[in-house]
Amino acid sequence: MTLAAFVDEAAIASGAAELRGAASTVAFDRVSVAYRGAVVLKPLTLEVAAGEILAMIGPSGSGKTTALRAVAGFVRPASGRIRIGGVDVTDQPPYARGLAMVVQNYALFPHMRVFDNVAFGLHARGAPKSLIEERVAEALKVVGMTQYVRRYPRELSGGQQQRIAIARAHAVRPKVLLLDEPLSALDAQIRRSMVEEIARLHAELPGLTILYVTHDQSEALTLADRIAILKDGALSAVGRTGDLYRRPPNRFSAEFLGRANLVPVVVESDADASGLVAVRAGGERLIVSGADERAGASRLLCVRPQNLTLAPDDGHTNRLAGTLREIHWQGELTHLVAEVGGALMRVVATKLPTTPTRGERLDMFFSPDDASLIAEEADV
Amino acid sequence: MSDAAASPRGTRVDLGALWVAPPLIALAVLFLYPLTLIAHAAVYDANDALNFAAAWATLGSRAFLNALINTAEIALAATAGSLALGLTLALIIAFVPFPGATFVARLIDTFIALPTFLATLAFTFLYGSAGVLNGALTQAFHLGDPPVHFLYSAWGVILAEMTVYSPFVLRPLLAAFSLVDRGQIEVASLLGARSWRIVRQVILPAALPAAIAGGSLCLLLTVNEFGIVLFIGAKGVITLPLLIYDKAIQESDYQAACVIAMINVALSLGLFGLYRAAARRLGA
Repeated sequence: MTLAAFVDEAAIASGAAELRGAASTVAFDRVSVAYRGAVVLKPLTLEVAAGEILAMIGPSGSGKTTALRAVAGFVRPASGRIRIGGVDVTDQPPYARGLAMVVQNYALFPHMRVFDNVAFGLHARGAPKSLIEERVAEALKVVGMTQYVRRYPRELSGGQQQRIAIARAHAVRPKVLLLDEPLSALDAQIRRSMVEEIARLHAELPGLTILYVTHDQSEALTLADRIAILKDGALSAVGRTGDLYRRPPNRFSAEFLGRANLVPVVVESDADASGLVAVRAGGERLIVSGADERAGASRLLCVRPQNLTLAPDDGHTNRLAGTLREIHWQGELTHLVAEVGGALMRVVATKLPTTPTRGERLDMFFSPDDASLIAEEADV
Repeated sequence: MSDAAASPRGTRVDLGALWVAPPLIALAVLFLYPLTLIAHAAVYDANDALNFAAAWATLGSRAFLNALINTAEIALAATAGSLALGLTLALIIAFVPFPGATFVARLIDTFIALPTFLATLAFTFLYGSAGVLNGALTQAFHLGDPPVHFLYSAWGVILAEMTVYSPFVLRPLLAAFSLVDRGQIEVASLLGARSWRIVRQVILPAALPAAIAGGSLCLLLTVNEFGIVLFIGAKGVITLPLLIYDKAIQESDYQAACVIAMINVALSLGLFGLYRAAARRLGA
């Protein structure tokens, strides 16, 4: 980020309308970003609905942060347009976009007290004093930090500092709130409570559109209405959180979001009217969900570790037999790794009637509804 | 038993403490002893008797007061100018991307390595009576006399000192700017702040200790600057170091020279004390 990035005089007036705030959509229209000729974000087309939380997840270098920075105006797209609330902001400087951001290291101004940190954006947008006092008080109340108004950031814990950063962003009533790995610097316990707080904040402000970049799938699964998975600078999958989790469209999204088990299978018969299809995995015949599947096709069977049980029942009618390779007790959960026809399958069990030992046969059962089929060649 | 065991260790000489001796000896021989001689010469007369009459006469003289005022005015103006110039350059180099920014920073750094009179010599070629600027103006407007005279006034000294000492402000500021959290700048801009507000409310507070350190060093050096003032030879611009030189070399009045030197030393140490106090307070 440089000063040159926000000295553009094409600023929009920051008046009362902006301070009132308005929920807005975000649209990436074939947006690509390149640094010195190297493409780090391939043409991306994606829309975020007003009031929606869209989580962008992916491994390091996947382009998720670059996409967020393009929305903020910190990087200029090599091609494509970015629209916020239907307005093309591609050529606008960051200060004119009506956004706010919360980042991993909080980025609070260390020489300012909590009040001045939260009031910063309101001062910058020319808000009157009475509105500033009202907004700061309200924002601090939302994050439960009213009593810390006179403190400096150095006098606060990491979690408290992040609350102030959220209050600072909330105070300006942004069109869109950008969250860039906001909880990564916090320890696990505080992170869990902050995820709940962000969820509560969004519930109280249902019109607020949030673009949430994280590498932590549990944050994305907890908060997001929809998830976009990026890989190598390209969009690998996008969909409603539950759908994407239950029916991942490709191998990468299945493995990245929830570490699904993937077993090569061959479709035995065309899908029936109820959308079920018979597949063969080694010597086992299985019935799984698979509308539009055709006999003879090679697929990957996708089943989540927690959907496998070690005992059959009325629902869990499919059986896969394997050999137990690893077993890890983790308190409330036990993780088992079994080998099935050369592929490793993970099982997460809440309680085991008997503890199996390494090397013994392990039968794993699952329901047809808990499994899906992925085209083998569809890697992205 | 334990006493017997502890005794040999207790009587051992700690040879490590002797390492303090070489620097102390060097300090005494190279600094404290000559300073004592100067202080002695300032208040003892030719008969080696304590006599403050000459000291009071020197301190009450018009020449001394003028030199003191000149020194303060030039040092403060040159420091303010160096801070303004150094800050502007540092902001451009650190935050406005342009090809060769690092090279420019290194080039400005080389001023630190050059002798101070070199800038003055360059100024003479540029702005002197027979310099490039006056030559061009005289020729262009068919003038009889060179129109630009500022070099031979206090302004010439101030400008030359600014040129020489700005890198002393620029370097610590660049170091401080490199440590400013870019996230703070980005968040501030997204919250609606434009460049001047960001400079004023985000960048400068973070760089204040560096600016104070650089400015204090600049003030110390300009208070004691001798070469530039002598080389420019501006009429009526006599500073404390130049007055010491005049008294000692041209008038052979060593006692007056020593009295003024002690004032100069006190001024420098006082400024240094203020700098350290400010640096401690601001965490520099």
